[in-house]
Amino acid sequence: MPDIRIRNFAGRINSPNPFWLASAPPTNTGEMIMRAFDAGWGGAVWKTIGEPITNVSSRYSATDWNGQRIMGFNNIELISDRSIEINLREMTEVKKRYPQHAVIASLMVASNRETWHDIVGRAEDAGADGLELNFGCPHGMSERGMGSAVGQVPEYAQMITEWVKEKARTPVLVKLTPNISDIRTVARAAKRGGADGLSAINTINSITGIDLDTLTPRPNVDGKSSHGGYCGPAVKPIALNMVQQIMADPEAALPLSGIGGIASWRDAAEFILLGCGTVQVCTAAMHYGYRIVEDMAEGLDNWMRSKGFASIEDFRGLSLPRVTEWKHLNLNYKIVARIDEQKCIGCDLCHIACWDGAHQCIHLDRVTGPVDGHVELHPTPAAKEAESRASIAETPVSRKEREAAAHGPYPTPLARIPRVDETECVGCNLCSLVCPVDQCITMVRVDTGMPPETWDERTRGSACAVQPQS
Amino acid sequence: MSSATLPDDPQLRERFSELKPALTAQAAVIEADRCLNCFDAPCTAACPTHIDVPGFIKRIASGNLRGSAMRILDANILGSSCARVCPVDVLCEGACVLHRQNRKPIQIALLQRHAMDAFHGSGEFLQTQPAASVSLRVACVGGGPASLACAAELRRQGAHATIIERRSLPGGLNTYGVAEYKLRAADSLREVEMIRRMGVEFRFDESIESVAALEALESEFDYIFLGLGLGAMQRLGIPGEDEAGVMNALELIAAYKTGHIREMHGTVVVVGAGNTAIDAANAARRLGAETVYLLYRRGENDMSAFDFEYEHAKQEGVQFLWRRQPLAIRSDGHGRLLLDTVQVQQVDQTLLPIPGSEFAIDCDVVVPAIGQSPLAQLIQELRGVDVREGRIVADRATGKTGNPRYYAGGDCVNGGREVVDAVAGGKRAALAILKTAEVARA
Repeated sequence: MPDIRIRNFAGRINSPNPFWLASAPPTNTGEMIMRAFDAGWGGAVWKTIGEPITNVSSRYSATDWNGQRIMGFNNIELISDRSIEINLREMTEVKKRYPQHAVIASLMVASNRETWHDIVGRAEDAGADGLELNFGCPHGMSERGMGSAVGQVPEYAQMITEWVKEKARTPVLVKLTPNISDIRTVARAAKRGGADGLSAINTINSITGIDLDTLTPRPNVDGKSSHGGYCGPAVKPIALNMVQQIMADPEAALPLSGIGGIASWRDAAEFILLGCGTVQVCTAAMHYGYRIVEDMAEGLDNWMRSKGFASIEDFRGLSLPRVTEWKHLNLNYKIVARIDEQKCIGCDLCHIACWDGAHQCIHLDRVTGPVDGHVELHPTPAAKEAESRASIAETPVSRKEREAAAHGPYPTPLARIPRVDETECVGCNLCSLVCPVDQCITMVRVDTGMPPETWDERTRGSACAVQPQS
Repeated sequence: MSSATLPDDPQLRERFSELKPALTAQAAVIEADRCLNCFDAPCTAACPTHIDVPGFIKRIASGNLRGSAMRILDANILGSSCARVCPVDVLCEGACVLHRQNRKPIQIALLQRHAMDAFHGSGEFLQTQPAASVSLRVACVGGGPASLACAAELRRQGAHATIIERRSLPGGLNTYGVAEYKLRAADSLREVEMIRRMGVEFRFDESIESVAALEALESEFDYIFLGLGLGAMQRLGIPGEDEAGVMNALELIAAYKTGHIREMHGTVVVVGAGNTAIDAANAARRLGAETVYLLYRRGENDMSAFDFEYEHAKQEGVQFLWRRQPLAIRSDGHGRLLLDTVQVQQVDQTLLPIPGSEFAIDCDVVVPAIGQSPLAQLIQELRGVDVREGRIVADRATGKTGNPRYYAGGDCVNGGREVVDAVAGGKRAALAILKTAEVARA
């Protein structure tokens, strides 16, 4: 049976599983965190502690897409609005009752050495298993010289990390902001400053949308808004890329707690495959509640079982070597699209996508007779559509007419099943991505008869020859 | 003309409450989001008016309701009534590709209605070219869907169109003949009002029943579009058909929709098994008749009604008497009727009575519903307009008849199909008239 316990993460942090709640509203109080632990979360990063702030209302906004709520989520809430004393007193209580769970104190205070020393000491005295330095908050706090104002300047990040390390007895994680051109610069600075681990990514600067009646961006605070921090499922690809960048860079790589749009065990597995030791979740818990962790833990366990992984370390980072620079990809690898006639429902989205968004090689000519070759040989989508709009259709009113309207051998009429011109197909994947039917369009490897060759290999010999004169 | 309306009747509204409730705004968006947005969509191809279905649905999803309604009206000026009366199971929704994925088809009719209700609710009317910007005058004879569509298209493109209707309300079967729980007469009239506001002229209570009347039309108008519909309902051809208490299905439907019949009681026998027979039988139930029989000389697999109509009738409590043929209608002398019937069996292609199976049904009303008869005599007298098997012979793509000044569309050409078919025919004729006139001018 797979073991998903986390031991000695970033040095000395243990937790029953890799699923932590990120520093955010779900970890606002001790009461909430204890309920989260009861629900199955392995750890929690406390809502950032510092000098209490005053929040505004409203604070959140979201991007819905195609009927789905909260594809992306945005907030302009600041750090904890409760006093340092109350937060730390509750932390002591939580650790006393849940000694096996990871409780991380997220900290953000003014940028001077004594203030940091003071808060580090108090948080550790309260029982924190580790510290997370919030160098990422992109709104409000950054205007006051904290949060991402620190995280965007490698020198500041290194300096404060060094101050904290002077005092800290527990592992120190630095939480990175993605609002920077290369996240590795700050990750390297944190590592130089002595950090034991990293958390990435924090939220991304965002304006989610504008109310088209009032012309006020969301969230609306008395007729005005302010940029917020974007998170939720929409940011996962951005987070994965940054995680890969950090973990593939020897000067930056540290034990990493992955954050960014994680909502299921699948997401978690992907972050771990790129090297993360734990993952942090916020938006999904805010959307559906703490209970989502049940399936995350079970699902990961079942997937590990099916893959034969005994522990998290067994598969952590396994996908890292499979990300490379473009110049190292095999130029002679070729795949083409194949459409399964038995599964095709005839929506023809692959046809229009290929014509208007790709390489004009999916045609509707199974009835008129296949024509392979250049685009000029085929009727355009507009011509196809005009033809069918010009046809005369009638309501089949009699039984005989209704029976005559029934289809032939395939579930979809042949005229609507598209055909791929494999000589022109470039194997881009677009059709298989727009197809609404699982496994209807598959990308199949074809032998080019050529040995693997990368761009790097192809140009290495000639690189010197074509070097321009300066 | 002032707007034609009917008085509101709360009892009628209650008894014929709509079969399908409208979608709420959020439900409409959720449903619209389910649409795959197929290329060259099969739903659009299946629609006789080729409404750009994914086009109007995606406008609902984006919150562009006005654009959605315009998209519908571009293709089908009666988009509002078609959303209510179309047999979508055998048209757009039947063609939805989601069937092949074992998923429920998109509720196209309800979405179309959502967009059209929003349009009508906004109080906006369609803009058209200035009147007579095209010097072309067309008379549309008959005030039903075919003529409405023809006239509206002509007006949209700047020609002059006049609808000539023998009854006192416009809309044809949309107003007088569609079951009230599908399309309220008031909604049909609201739609006609939109067409009137486009500048289409209406003349009511005007029958064209003589060659002289036709000649008068010919001298007033450049072209004449015939949207005459079908003739009166066919008679059963049995003794006693003129007894009090016998009224055909279209008479019954028109009478309750216009408030002339508000209640029915006792036993009603509807003879026939088409969609109109079912409308009449359901109406009798809703008007209060305790027992309603639908009597058909063949079996349930032979009935011409759509499957969903048959299912609906069963749910309304209509009872079916299969393979039974009416022989005669008699008065029982106490204000009720006796309908003599006999069981029949099909041998090869003929129906033979089964001896000894005769019985008389005690009833209060007999409703013949065995189809509409071919056109009135007049048409056959028109010079150069062929009539074959009761239908006007016209080119499918243009509605052109043998007489170059006469065009035709709708039931009088196709023998009796749906509103949407009539709209398509009327519109095709309008486009052909415009093109012919343009060529003639050039």
